[in-house]
Amino acid sequence: MQEAMIKRAKELLADGSVKRVIGWKRGEFAYDITPAVFESAEELDKDFVFDVFTSANVSKYLVKESKKEGKVLVFLKPCDTYSLNQLTKEHRVDRDNVYVIGIPGGPKLDIEKIRAKGITGILSVRNENFTLKIETLYGEETMPFSDAILDKCASCKSKKHVTYDELIGEDGDILDSDRFDMVEKLENMTAQERYDFWREQLSKCIRCNACRNVCPACTCEKCVFDDPASGVENKAAADSFEEKMFHIIRAFHVAGRCTDCGECSRVCPQNIPLHLLNRKFIKDINSLYGEYQAGADTTSRAPLTDYTAEDCESSIVHERGVE
Amino acid sequence: MQVNENKEFQPLIVAFCCNWCSYAGADLSGTNRLNYPTNVKIIRVPCSCRVNPMFILRAFQRGADGVILCGCHPGDCHYTSGNYFTRRRMTLLFSMLDFLGIERDRTRVEWVSAAEGAKFAATMNEFTEAVKKLGPNRRLEDLRCRKQ
Ligand code: SF4
Ligand code: SF4
Ligand code: SF4
Ligand code: FES
Repeated sequence: MQEAMIKRAKELLADGSVKRVIGWKRGEFAYDITPAVFESAEELDKDFVFDVFTSANVSKYLVKESKKEGKVLVFLKPCDTYSLNQLTKEHRVDRDNVYVIGIPGGPKLDIEKIRAKGITGILSVRNENFTLKIETLYGEETMPFSDAILDKCASCKSKKHVTYDELIGEDGDILDSDRFDMVEKLENMTAQERYDFWREQLSKCIRCNACRNVCPACTCEKCVFDDPASGVENKAAADSFEEKMFHIIRAFHVAGRCTDCGECSRVCPQNIPLHLLNRKFIKDINSLYGEYQAGADTTSRAPLTDYTAEDCESSIVHERGVE
Repeated sequence: MQVNENKEFQPLIVAFCCNWCSYAGADLSGTNRLNYPTNVKIIRVPCSCRVNPMFILRAFQRGADGVILCGCHPGDCHYTSGNYFTRRRMTLLFSMLDFLGIERDRTRVEWVSAAEGAKFAATMNEFTEAVKKLGPNRRLEDLRCRKQ
């Protein structure tokens, strides 16, 4: 797959159809892979990588790159194409200036899950018939592939590309995922239990803002969390109110626009399950205002910029659920 | 939160009222000499949809025990559709607060027209009672803002 991608990227660079390529490159270790922009065949040969760790959704980089002179080639997994659609719809990305090659999705791996098995000094990870062969400083280790799957991939919602100019590999289908199970489990707890759960989770937040910075729905040029007058500017939360405020507002700002790409939870250094907040909004929107998948198209109206006269009253929150 | 001479808890209520209906409704309940608790603090807004989720959180932060948002009846908004957006926004916000384990009776949306002075007073009495039962807001307060 990686070879086919590099080959195609080189062709498109060579015939002048694109000026730049957005993909992934290796970091210090084989598993810490970062998004990168390539401008020449040499750079592609040297650094371009596509493997079990290329989980980053690179669509957000198009906000900047698509505004530059010349077309940009981007490799998008199915989930990332939803983000691109959403960005196109919000006029954040100039779709005409982007050439999308759809590539197959995961499952991708979570290095932390490998480390959690007590495996250290990791040099490389290979997948052989769903067994991971992990080369470490201390010899080779093995573990089942399924034990190291990234959470966002474990509850994948779709293997279908919703926008692309060409595909490498096969297109898939929309899946039946279990992504709302945990939200439902929380909903069925008592208010006290939910409160305790979230206090424990949210108090871990160090306000690094990684969740916002990575989010393709968070592309505001002036973010409320950077505004010193807001009282919630870049700083560690001073108390439990500020923790909750940050998380409620962050999730609310992306409500109806979040494609559930899972990036926020993936990058959180504190492992806070931010996806549960996003999914709570998605679940509510689906049940109260009709099924809606952000990014599925570029024309539908977002649920929060739309209404019907027959919408339920806010008191519905009081009428349902566990006290 | 305030405590009167009998050491009885009196919740502090913040009521966002839209200029065109509910604020006028509050006025009418005043001119009709209807009683509602003095601890209901009204904040006038041009339309219910002026209230963004941050306003609600801020009110709690600064010491409110309950926050109520009043606007024109659906269909009667001075700006045609503002309150329809409000309705979706607040439904989702309240649901999220509930999801985080914050007592759901601390928040409410009510539609009150300029002619409904009696409804305004009754709503405030009822809401204040409900919040009083819950006691002081502890789950969404900023300790640095606590008065006593
Ligand atoms: S990434 Fe995690 S720790 Fe950082 S601000 Fe977001 S929730 Fe907090
Ligand atoms: S909030 Fe999280 S899941 Fe939703 S679009 Fe942003 S990064 Fe993706
Ligand atoms: S948190 Fe809100 S203001 Fe900040 S970038 Fe995201 S959507 Fe924009
Ligand atoms: S003007 Fe009253 S709700 Fe819009």
